Amino acid sequence: MSGVVEKMRASRKVLAEYKYKPAQIERGYAGKTLYVNLSTKNIESKDVTQQMKDIFIGGKGFGLWYLWNAVKPETKWNDPENEIVISPGPIAGITQYPGSGKSLVVTLSPLTNSVMDSNVGGYFGPYFKFSGWDALEIQGKADKDVVLFIDGDNGRVTIEEVDLDPSASHLLSEQLTELMAESEQDRKNVSVVSSGSGAEHTRVGILNFSFYDLRRKAARLKQAGRGGIGTVFRDKKVAALVVKFSSLSGKSNNPADPAKIARTGVKITREINKFDDAQFRMRQIGTANLMTPMNDYDLLPVHNFKYGSHKDAVGISSEVLRSRFTQKMPDGCWVGCALSCCKAVDDFVPKTGPFKGKKVIVDGPEYENAAGLGSNCGIFDPDYVIEANFYCDTYGIDTISTGTIIAFIMECYEKGILNKEITGGLELNFGNAEAAMELIHQMGQGSGFGKIAGQGVRRLKKIFAEEYGGDPVFMQDIGMENKGLEYSQYQAKESLAQQGGYALTNKGPQHDEAWLIFMDMVNNQLPTFEKKAEALHYFPMFRTWFGLQGLCKLPWNDIIPESNATSDSPEKIPEHVQNYVDLFNAVTGKNIDKDEMIRQSERVYNFQRVFNLRLGFGTREHDAAPYRALGPVTEEEYESRQERYDKQLKEDVGINPEGMSTAAKVAAMRKYRQERYETLIDVVYKRRGWTENGVPKLEHLKDLGIDFPEVVEVVKKHL
Amino acid sequence: MNIVGTNVKECTLCGACETTCSTFYFKEDKRHKSAIQVEELADKQGTAIKVCNQCGDCIEVCPVLAIRRTKSGVVLINKKLCVGCFNCVGVCPTGTMFWHEDLTEPFKCIACARCTKECPTEAIFMQEV
Repeated sequence: MSGVVEKMRASRKVLAEYKYKPAQIERGYAGKTLYVNLSTKNIESKDVTQQMKDIFIGGKGFGLWYLWNAVKPETKWNDPENEIVISPGPIAGITQYPGSGKSLVVTLSPLTNSVMDSNVGGYFGPYFKFSGWDALEIQGKADKDVVLFIDGDNGRVTIEEVDLDPSASHLLSEQLTELMAESEQDRKNVSVVSSGSGAEHTRVGILNFSFYDLRRKAARLKQAGRGGIGTVFRDKKVAALVVKFSSLSGKSNNPADPAKIARTGVKITREINKFDDAQFRMRQIGTANLMTPMNDYDLLPVHNFKYGSHKDAVGISSEVLRSRFTQKMPDGCWVGCALSCCKAVDDFVPKTGPFKGKKVIVDGPEYENAAGLGSNCGIFDPDYVIEANFYCDTYGIDTISTGTIIAFIMECYEKGILNKEITGGLELNFGNAEAAMELIHQMGQGSGFGKIAGQGVRRLKKIFAEEYGGDPVFMQDIGMENKGLEYSQYQAKESLAQQGGYALTNKGPQHDEAWLIFMDMVNNQLPTFEKKAEALHYFPMFRTWFGLQGLCKLPWNDIIPESNATSDSPEKIPEHVQNYVDLFNAVTGKNIDKDEMIRQSERVYNFQRVFNLRLGFGTREHDAAPYRALGPVTEEEYESRQERYDKQLKEDVGINPEGMSTAAKVAAMRKYRQERYETLIDVVYKRRGWTENGVPKLEHLKDLGIDFPEVVEVVKKHL
Repeated sequence: MNIVGTNVKECTLCGACETTCSTFYFKEDKRHKSAIQVEELADKQGTAIKVCNQCGDCIEVCPVLAIRRTKSGVVLINKKLCVGCFNCVGVCPTGTMFWHEDLTEPFKCIACARCTKECPTEAIFMQEV
């Protein structure tokens, strides 16, 4: 045992203890929730009700329900009553179907001040459930840093003070894994949730969920990245959550029909083995397989989303990243995931910062990291991308928000809103990797200009206007946030459906609700407003479903079955949708169909919308998008794609661009695109059963069976 | 190493190998619980004998290191470590990592040679490779 861990072990001081008999899992549910209050040190068990299972299903649904009951309309993210709820969902933990080990985390966000949810891999969720719990509610705040231990082998939960350093997540995960395990082999039975120093100093803190990689002999990390959940975690003075469960088997989830799960799992695993190398190469490159096609289709964000491609993007292409990943490793973030997308760079040696010169394992880069930290900031150096990825993870800050924040700052710097005096000497031009890396260290360590940058784009717009005289209108146009959350890394300008997919979301612009760019722009499968509205109903509901179950979305459409070639709705991948219906029924013993699947999501989705309303958000004004997400803000942007835009003016808008100044063309294009966006909102709201102001109609809530008195009370105020 | 060699032309689909294997390892005569399985080809133009050639492709995809090659070259599943994910079933190039709905873990031929001794036509035999 290492000296650090020895010291940790000796320092353990139990502040509260709760002993329990781990519940038997019945058809995917433990039937119990673990409630922990850090202020009072109270630990208790709550029953999961039948109504919760019927209406909220699990995962994000449980998280929203518990949070709804925990907070008041005026609760802020850093109030003690705010909770972090982690719930895996009924399907989570099966080993036979790829992507079945996810946890959903829900809290009030320091970025949006509203409800945030994040879907994350790693072993914590399944081990936590098999330790006897469907959900974990963490409320209150500790005085000093604490660790919550959940020992599922012995039925013991403790809140403890431990002498540890919470600043570097990769080290803390490793140390706590070693602390809890009795041997090297036993380490695979431990999972740690932690954050890092960056979560204490910014609003973009993440949670890292670990899984022990037996081949690399190291704890690896997956992120609940969006919306500052790690910031809440550290504000509550939680240093880590640690779970141990040593009896994992193919039967742990105790499903109603294990044979059906096995049949479905073997079928898709064979599919992956047969087709992945010729399709998306998830096993070789993970999501970074998107780097090259996104650049080719002008969809890769470049220079704060001004452009969709760059001549230097070849520097961080899919192939370049593939060459950096260690190959032939089963990189699944949960056991049994044949898609194995979570790639790693082994033996990477950072050139800067506290781990300069030391060998580290970097989890990623995934597409979002390479696009956000790389191309969006005009940096096309793979070593920079890998190093920035590593530090964001270990400091506990969101790579997506960090990328979009730095890109915004760089554009402000180039526009003269910021200068070297303001940034403390950092020359934050697009492409300056050295300055960007230093800014990440400052965000991670809470120093210099990093303290300001870590506030997120929405607050930066205000600060730059008030303190440095920046033009608020211009910054509103180019600051890529909606609801306070930074955009994830897809160029949406040429896909109206994706513009809605980003901004007509519950939590803010994250592609996990709807990713319609290819369907809309490349394949032209959504030519009318009605078709776009249908897609913006169906896909957000369908994708929400993964978050209710503890599933990953990737095995749905990052592997395409043979049957899709003859399918009448190939964009939905009907065979795989049926797989999921079969899995749910096989786990729970229920008998839902594809329509009920969408209804399950609609209940939770509309409940989340009402939750936003309750907190003072959730209406049409909050679904507005920055114009940079809809079209060319500047003349420079227009001229870079002049042929395309002139053609659109002529053919779509009915204006002859000849003889017009670029400024006039930008204005005409803007009027047209903004009107279309407003029309899109109208048709989408209608399809979703909402008023013109985006409020779910009472009859819709009644039809869904979520017309609880407290829900109706919130909605009535807006009708 | 020794593997079960095949000569499909001699196979009469009598099922003696399947009975031997499933009876010995699972205590019941159930052909789908045998680690060697014989069947008529889909085009009815011959037979297929499905039995592991000990290639070991399954070893590298096992997430919990439950599959290993012994000194004698045989690929073995450690049932105590196995978590029943069936990745090995999905990746097996010869379709001879088997699973059965009664069982949580997969199973395969470990070249014990019992079936070869019962084959009446020498369609299967132990072979040094």
